[in-house]
Amino acid sequence: MHEMALCQGIIEIVEEEARRRSFSKVRTVCLEIGALSHAAPEAMKFCFEAAAAQTIADGAVLEIEKLPGLAWCMACSRSVEIGQRAEPCPCCGSYQLHVTAGEEMRVKQLEVD
Amino acid sequence: MNCGTDPARLKIAGMSSDRIIQIERDILGRNNTMAADNRARFLADDLLVFNLVSSPGAGKTSLLVRAISELKKSRPVGVIEGDQQTSNDAERVRATGVPAVQINTGKGCHLDAAMVGEAYRRLPPLKDGILFIENVGNLVCPAAFDLGEACKIVVLSTTEGEDKPLKYPDMFAASALMLINKIDLAPVLDFDPAQTIEYARRVNPKIEVLTVSARNGEGFAAFYAWIRKQAAHQKRRA
Repeated sequence: MHEMALCQGIIEIVEEEARRRSFSKVRTVCLEIGALSHAAPEAMKFCFEAAAAQTIADGAVLEIEKLPGLAWCMACSRSVEIGQRAEPCPCCGSYQLHVTAGEEMRVKQLEVD
Repeated sequence: MNCGTDPARLKIAGMSSDRIIQIERDILGRNNTMAADNRARFLADDLLVFNLVSSPGAGKTSLLVRAISELKKSRPVGVIEGDQQTSNDAERVRATGVPAVQINTGKGCHLDAAMVGEAYRRLPPLKDGILFIENVGNLVCPAAFDLGEACKIVVLSTTEGEDKPLKYPDMFAASALMLINKIDLAPVLDFDPAQTIEYARRVNPKIEVLTVSARNGEGFAAFYAWIRKQAAHQKRRA
């Protein structure tokens, strides 16, 4: 369950930002999570609540924006969208894909008081 | 004064007690920074570092014990062992005469770059040598955490079935080499190496593959040749 470690990472980022920008309450934490990343959004929501307890983000809402998985198909020389790994090119069926986007796991923005 | 939100939920700066702060920070940023520090230290020490990953019981430690017994003849070798509990694996490694540091992750399911940086400080100097990091047996979580290694080596044993790369694709996508271990058992198990390789390359078209048996040593000459190739590659880049 590495999502717990990821959520602890989010809390560390939020606490650092709170010290730098002096806010005292976080209402919303917005993430960008790629379709091919290591984070399962449902598990993130489950772990976030526990990781946020008794921190500045206690009770904050976790919003997750999903980013698409993109790959360059070496067989048909075009950029294609894939939903998950081990999926073939939707155009030609080849597995000769080089992932170009969709591995993101970022804290995008915070809504704070 | 709180003027609320407009229909597009756009907050108006200065008009609300709430603030929207754009931060765009990588969730794994702290680990990645520490991994970059480790990598710089390994390069400064001319050290080639591999991160061994697999499910529990694939034979990482047996494979490692055989490999280091041979590799230590020609260069310094060290091992960092990761397990939830016990120092059994570090003791198996030390029995070969190779220094080993055991990390116990407790409830943790993977090693992170900070743990490895700390463990590396406890090893004797390994200049111009090889460091193997044996990760916690887990085909999911360790894929996400860069430790500063030159590359990940995923070990898949024939007893696990051909479709592991499809079931746990992230790890195979993150690895440069797949070692198919327990190849001596393949005939008994009706295991099809070609099918496994085809599945692994669906996930990672560039993954290299070797078949080995940690029990009888089959395929290890090719593994050592692969390690020599990586060492030469690292020296060229340095």
